[in-house]
Amino acid sequence: MPKGQISLRRQLTDRFFTGLAAGLSVIVVCALVAILAYLVLRGAGSLGWSFLTQTPKPVGEAGGGMANSLIGSIMILGIASIFGVPVGIGAGVYLAEYGRNRLGQLVRFTADVLNGVPSIVIGLVAYGLVVVPQRHFSAFAGGVALAIMMVPTVARTTEEMLLLVPHAVREAAFGLGVPQWRTTVSITIPTARAGIITGVMLAFARVAGETAPLMFTAFGNQFWSFSANQPIAALPLQIFTYAITPYDDWHRQAWAGALMLVMLIVGTTTLVRFVFMRRMLGGAR
Amino acid sequence: MLPQATGHAVGSASKKPMGTSESPKISLVTTSQRVPSWQRSFFNTDNAFRGLMLIAALAILGIVGLIISELMQRSGMAWHAFGFHFFFGSEWDPVSGGFGALPFIYGTIVSSLVALVIAVPLAVAVAVFVTEMCPKPLRKPISYATELLAAIPSVIYGLWAVFILVPLLRVYVDPWLMKYFSWTGLFAGPAYGIGMLAAGVVMAIMIIPIISSITREVLVVVPQPQREAALALGATRWEMIRMAVLRNARAGIMGAVILGLGRALGETMAVTMVIGNNPAIAKSLLAPGYTMASVIANEFNEATSDLHRSALIEIGLALFLLTIIVNILAGLLVWTVTRGTPARTNA
Repeated sequence: MPKGQISLRRQLTDRFFTGLAAGLSVIVVCALVAILAYLVLRGAGSLGWSFLTQTPKPVGEAGGGMANSLIGSIMILGIASIFGVPVGIGAGVYLAEYGRNRLGQLVRFTADVLNGVPSIVIGLVAYGLVVVPQRHFSAFAGGVALAIMMVPTVARTTEEMLLLVPHAVREAAFGLGVPQWRTTVSITIPTARAGIITGVMLAFARVAGETAPLMFTAFGNQFWSFSANQPIAALPLQIFTYAITPYDDWHRQAWAGALMLVMLIVGTTTLVRFVFMRRMLGGAR
Repeated sequence: MLPQATGHAVGSASKKPMGTSESPKISLVTTSQRVPSWQRSFFNTDNAFRGLMLIAALAILGIVGLIISELMQRSGMAWHAFGFHFFFGSEWDPVSGGFGALPFIYGTIVSSLVALVIAVPLAVAVAVFVTEMCPKPLRKPISYATELLAAIPSVIYGLWAVFILVPLLRVYVDPWLMKYFSWTGLFAGPAYGIGMLAAGVVMAIMIIPIISSITREVLVVVPQPQREAALALGATRWEMIRMAVLRNARAGIMGAVILGLGRALGETMAVTMVIGNNPAIAKSLLAPGYTMASVIANEFNEATSDLHRSALIEIGLALFLLTIIVNILAGLLVWTVTRGTPARTNA
């Protein structure tokens, strides 16, 4: 249809809404850029060698760092992965390979419910389950809280990725007389490996920044601790503690910690996106 | 990659011919004397593996069951002390032992609604722009940027909000709102910067990614012929989007919005840092408030009496139930739109 037949009003409306959508998208991208830019501007200056090697100093003393928080975060995340990843992958395998029934539906639904539970509530539950019986805060309790948060994400992505594996591959194995469990372990899971790793890494990145579930479980610590049985520092907790104090020194530390945490998380997700996702899509098609 | 994996399996299968435990026909001969037949048919590796995976799947049910029982059990004391009145009382006085959750429920709902009002237009605009309008090379970077917003942890949004957003609101935005919109009663001073509005703005940024990514999913599902038909009838691009795309995706977009609401209701750290933490019900959005999640975050570790702790856990239980209901509702709405389409075309 020639352009002239569309009335000016309709053309302008079209232009207006195109411009509006573009403008609003620009605002969203700007918000991201603003946040990242401030993180770098405020954090980069304090992110030095001492930040990575020292423990927090008392107010008024210059220097100090978040080395113990970094170790603490790694320990808590390690504990969380030990519990969360096998359960998540196992549940995902069940859903994909055996889950075409009522129970599968129920588990799927429950996993989605669990995914939506606020992290602070998970913290309360881990407090009741681990901290109260143990009678003290511990890295282990923090790990349990984060593990609970990892399970549904890992399970659902594992299921999705296993379902991507063409059924003909399984049938080929069955046809050769390979039992079903062996097919799953040696053929289906390796084929979907890149996708499953992606899911695990994304769940990992998601819980790495969680603060709320650690407040009543890992609790935080100003000193070195390498015990799973003791209160332990964590990067997000330390950022929170520093951010709500009135001291400029500690604010600088908080920014530096935030920059480090974001680099860790964004680094992980970007790596996953560019390395594994591509391989996965290439593998399944 | 695929042929390789299959080849490997063929190799391992031929190396290890079907032995005693794996092939029922052979095992019938060799083990029938030792093992009763019902055991032989039931306790094989296949069933063991299946059982193991089943345990992992049941663990998910177990976790949710534990969450519910744990919250109910530990909030029992507050429930017995206040009953339903707990949710309608507005007094929160840990010292004298009077607990009412209304200010927190109010703060949670109002701050989440503020977040939705700000986030929904932005998120839907991003989704529409990315799927329908923008030039192809821009598509990936923009959706990547919105996904990156989702990867930033809550506490970092809080940090950013405390030092950048709050001063900005206090100096520029709040006075402007008070000058031109004070007649609504929603923007009465004084302007502290911190308050419901600050919490709403920072939550809005946090829920944009989830709303826009699900909206995008829903828009993609709208059949291409619908678009072509509208264009063929002479519609401009916007008219096509409005009539053929948005109208069809209505329920799904609603679901995305409600899912965003569910995320906002449970948001803790960023909100705790900027909402002002004052258990009062104020009409003004510039006034400091308090939310269910942030009162738990602030007071749980300092709670000295069992009743106080129990009351906080009861707030947690209420928050849990609220988010579950909201999420289920959202899931149903999204499902009504995306069902019927094949989950994966290449499966």
